[in-house]
Amino acid sequence: MTEKRTIVIPGTIVGEAGKKKPGMGTFQENNNIYASRLGIKVDKADYINIIPLSGVYNPSTGDNIIGTIIECQLSSWMVDINAPYPAMLHVNQVPWKVEFGATGQYLTVGDSIIAKIGLIDESKKIELSMEDRGSRKIDAGIILDVQPQKVPRIIGKSGSMITLLKKYSNCWIFVGQNGRIWIKGEADKVDFIVEAIKKIEKEAHTVGLTSRMEQFLKERQK
Amino acid sequence: MNKNEIQLIKKGKRIDGRRPDEIRPIDIQVGVLNRADGSCYLEWGGNKVIVAVYGPRELLPKHQQDSTRAKVQATYNMAAFSVEDRKRPGPDRRSREISKVTSEALSGVVFTEQFPRATIDVYIEVLDAQAGTRCAGITAAAVALADAGIPMRDIPASCAVGKVDDTLVIDLTKEEDNYGQADMPIAIAPRTEEILLLQMDGHLTMKEFNTGLELVIDACKKVSEIQKKALLSKYGSSLS
Repeated sequence: MTEKRTIVIPGTIVGEAGKKKPGMGTFQENNNIYASRLGIKVDKADYINIIPLSGVYNPSTGDNIIGTIIECQLSSWMVDINAPYPAMLHVNQVPWKVEFGATGQYLTVGDSIIAKIGLIDESKKIELSMEDRGSRKIDAGIILDVQPQKVPRIIGKSGSMITLLKKYSNCWIFVGQNGRIWIKGEADKVDFIVEAIKKIEKEAHTVGLTSRMEQFLKERQK
Repeated sequence: MNKNEIQLIKKGKRIDGRRPDEIRPIDIQVGVLNRADGSCYLEWGGNKVIVAVYGPRELLPKHQQDSTRAKVQATYNMAAFSVEDRKRPGPDRRSREISKVTSEALSGVVFTEQFPRATIDVYIEVLDAQAGTRCAGITAAAVALADAGIPMRDIPASCAVGKVDDTLVIDLTKEEDNYGQADMPIAIAPRTEEILLLQMDGHLTMKEFNTGLELVIDACKKVSEIQKKALLSKYGSSLS
């Protein structure tokens, strides 16, 4: 990562509309492209994007997330997915055969699940699915909340950071796109990983984080 | 109020030694509250304001939801100890009005259509009041909104213009507000100079109004620079 990184705030001009296209976190007005949120400007290919430094999780179809059941209905569950809106999980979308009215026998209020985001309609009504292979009910371990914008850094380029964490801790780690991380393993190892993840979250916008983290993990293991 | 009760301008200088077009010193700190999505602490002259932003989050009760856009709900509250005589705590006519105009000013810049059915809650707490708290509140709320990562067209800035001793002055003090002839707080989107809030108390001629507006827009731009500097300094120092 050698390119210069600039932090922009809403209303800053980030490019010219004729030359580039407005990407994520930007808007176009009078032939100029402006930033719409606080973040780091990324000028790649045809688009100008802003990687946000803060904000809530914005759900998109296909994301693997960690959710918590907040309500059992007759043929569906309402799930808190750390987004501005709760999501619905219908009994047709789970790997079990659930009788009408028997939702509570499978998942109850407070249970956590790994699920995939299915449909999102224009008024942001979200449907979840647990039918794919990775989805499951979470039975043990802890769930850590981080800022959703920091998730790509915790995973790293093609999974480099998460592989590193797994290598040094021997824990089971699943990072949900919505900023929730499930960690399962020996208690002291879990504490160690929580500390490491907090460090990544704090230093997420700095350069050369993976190599620094490797050093940190090595030192802590001694 | 009789203007001769107290002489507010002496030899071109105001009661606190400022020039007529000078704003009081502003200090802004970003991200002061851990539990809020975005926050800001602002000191503007004697005013002390703290703002917390939560959301976008689901708007409840459900019947208030707008299926096409988010609502910006600002709540302005003055602490009981913020003024000389103890203020009776709780919402009153004045704070409800300020909450309403602030919500409307902020809605003007937020991309509300990106978050249908949601609410963006802005809590403005005035800890110390020395005139111009609605301007201080909007200025701080704008910074807190940007800190919360809410998509916006611009960061609003706010300031007041008034008339004391037949002179137009910027950013009125308490005495100027109480004994002056007019007070006009405005909020603008500095990039486009779009007016988001304009209220007026007292009397100005059309000419005074136009000159005052020009003066106060310049002042808002100065405020805007301070806001931008505060936002960038939160992250700028740790970026290598």
